[in-house]
Amino acid sequence: MNPRLQEALEQVPLLLADHVLLSAAALLLGLAVALPLAVGASRNLRLRRIALGAASLVQTIPGLALLALFYPLLLALNSLFAPVGLALPALGFLPALLALALYAVLPILRNAVTGIVGIDPAIIEAADGVGMTRRQKLRLVEAPLAAPVVMAGIRTATVWTIGAATLSTTVGQSSLGDMIFAGLQTQNWTLVLVGCLAAAALALTADALLGLIEAGIAQRSRWRIGGGLIALAAGVVLALAPFAASGSRDDVVTIGAKGFSEQYILARLIGNRLEAAGYTVRYRDGLGSAVAFEALASGDVDVYVEYTGTLWTNAMRRTDNPPRDEMLAELSDWAADTRGALLLGRLGFENTYAFAVTQETARRYEMESLGDLAAVAPRLTMGTDVEFLNRPEWATIRDAYGLAFEDAQSYQPTFMYRAVESGRADVITAFSSDGRIAASNLFVLTDPRGAIPNYDAVLMVAPGRVGEDRFIAALEPLLDAIPVEAMREANYMVDRDADKASPAEAAAWLERETGIVP
Amino acid sequence: MERKNGPAVRFDGIAKSFDDGASFAVAALDLEIAGGLFVALVGESGSGKSTLLKTINRLVEPSAGSVSIGGEPVDGQDPADLRRHIGYVFQNIGLFPHMTVAENIMIIPRIGVNETVNQVPELLDLVGLPEEVADRLPSELSGGQQQRVGVARALAGEPGLMLMDEPFGALDPVTRDQLGEAYRALHDELGLTTIMVTHDMAEALLIADRILVMSAGRIVADCSPQALLAGEGGEEASALIAVPKGQMAKLRRLEEGA
Repeated sequence: MNPRLQEALEQVPLLLADHVLLSAAALLLGLAVALPLAVGASRNLRLRRIALGAASLVQTIPGLALLALFYPLLLALNSLFAPVGLALPALGFLPALLALALYAVLPILRNAVTGIVGIDPAIIEAADGVGMTRRQKLRLVEAPLAAPVVMAGIRTATVWTIGAATLSTTVGQSSLGDMIFAGLQTQNWTLVLVGCLAAAALALTADALLGLIEAGIAQRSRWRIGGGLIALAAGVVLALAPFAASGSRDDVVTIGAKGFSEQYILARLIGNRLEAAGYTVRYRDGLGSAVAFEALASGDVDVYVEYTGTLWTNAMRRTDNPPRDEMLAELSDWAADTRGALLLGRLGFENTYAFAVTQETARRYEMESLGDLAAVAPRLTMGTDVEFLNRPEWATIRDAYGLAFEDAQSYQPTFMYRAVESGRADVITAFSSDGRIAASNLFVLTDPRGAIPNYDAVLMVAPGRVGEDRFIAALEPLLDAIPVEAMREANYMVDRDADKASPAEAAAWLERETGIVP
Repeated sequence: MERKNGPAVRFDGIAKSFDDGASFAVAALDLEIAGGLFVALVGESGSGKSTLLKTINRLVEPSAGSVSIGGEPVDGQDPADLRRHIGYVFQNIGLFPHMTVAENIMIIPRIGVNETVNQVPELLDLVGLPEEVADRLPSELSGGQQQRVGVARALAGEPGLMLMDEPFGALDPVTRDQLGEAYRALHDELGLTTIMVTHDMAEALLIADRILVMSAGRIVADCSPQALLAGEGGEEASALIAVPKGQMAKLRRLEEGA
């Protein structure tokens, strides 16, 4: 078998199990909210208007945004509940569950209300006339007659939920989306395709089983209803198996990675070392920049690679720019004091923002530094990654040089390089450890005013692992072991268009190159 | 089913307004209906006859006044329990489409506390249906058969009082005639009190012991069919009677080959 396909298929079972559990839990929660609400709404016009309106409003929020919104919401709730000692995890399963459940409410609610309200009034009059109580009327008449319409709503909700669950990767909950996001990032289309197909197959299977139950209800066939329910339950139980099999989860280490190649490679490098030390390793890929550190602080992630400048400006909200040793010392103290997390040390390379232009652009405008860029910026278009324009560093750099571009466009990193090569962007915010700067023969502008903060790659360790000697000992050989040239080469192996390597292969190459023996 | 004498029904100052007193569907009225009687409530659409009927089993709550059955005020009873002991048959039948005929008939014993023995064959026989229909779904029956099931369902609660709201109004004339006669026989056999709403004066004249004519929420005539035919019901009642009378005269002329 194609090794790339095999590698992709190997990831499916565990991610599929997570995907099933998340979707099933979200649907059950959605049902638990929507069905009672539908009963109330079918009897009260005002409640019906409010409930359907609110559910429709939720539906207009893009899935990705809804998931992202639960992160600050849960953080706010935590600070509210802090006095009673309650701490909700703001990342991972909980926000994904809540967002998806909320998303599932509308189709179920709308169909259930339609189903109940649409029952022939004569039948309701008869139910009242023979002396049914409200409860009896619901159980004996309304529920069975509305059931086919309700089931159609549940099927819609199921397909939506399974699809939207792929987005939960971004809030740190693993799902089949991990493969899609990682594949998209490293341009591993096999990975993307396998992830999509697995999610689609899951959605179709669940829909078919619910369809069987729906037909069973319509035809009053108990074995169809029972068969469908048993198959669905079996799927969920099967998805629980990895949890049962792994037994104590203490020795399972979760390694976090943000959504770009370098992070995927380094995560595998860390994973190899920890596996060699006897740990079982799980990867949580594609974390948002802001999400990663919180995931570490809350213990959802045990270890990941961070960049000093990112923590400095985003987490600490600092705008000054001290020398790198000073920054590292302050960061280290801050992480320990505020979150109990450990900044273990530098990996040996920096991945800073590098304003890059083509050689031709540099020549045409006689540009060498960001100062030169500022003079012609009003005529130029800037291409950035999706985060950059909203990061505080951009404001600092912009203000330091008085940069004002004609237009700015954000891209996935891969497409950003394509944009500058094709001329759709004149200058891009490249990454200094990125192999594509050299590969595309780009010219990097200097920063004479020192506005761009330092971005040394550092290893971050979760509070729960700080005192674990075996854990720390496994990671220490990585410190100051990776020169930027090696990192660039490894990144380029994954990012280049032809003869691509997987992050795991690049990690293995990096081990050989730098002499880190796992 | 043993024969019993149905309860008397009494209205004391009953009135119903659907718009907070701006207009009245039923204006304040007092009325006593003796037990065992077959009473027809006749009137044009919107005359308030259905509303009045539904105040008895509390499908409509009156704005003023009270109703009592056999001396017991209905507003002091649990509505669900009250309705299980009153037969209710209406034009749109309202059989439960997802239940078999037998399940429909046994719904009152099922939802009530008394899970009695299976009376389905007996009840089907009573309304003139073969036993085989018991396992069919309502959609497999004709309109007339469906309403027979509706009557059997109402009788399963062993009511003394039957309320019928245009029960045969949607049926073809032949079926309608058959069912009317069959039901009148049941009424006598079981010793029921029956109050039937209809807009068809001919039907009322042929089936009832006593006819109440309603117009604009008031009872404008209250007498026996014979007295009504004799013109003792007053102007509005006479106008209603004029229709079947006129039809009859035309038919007779046709028959005589005029």
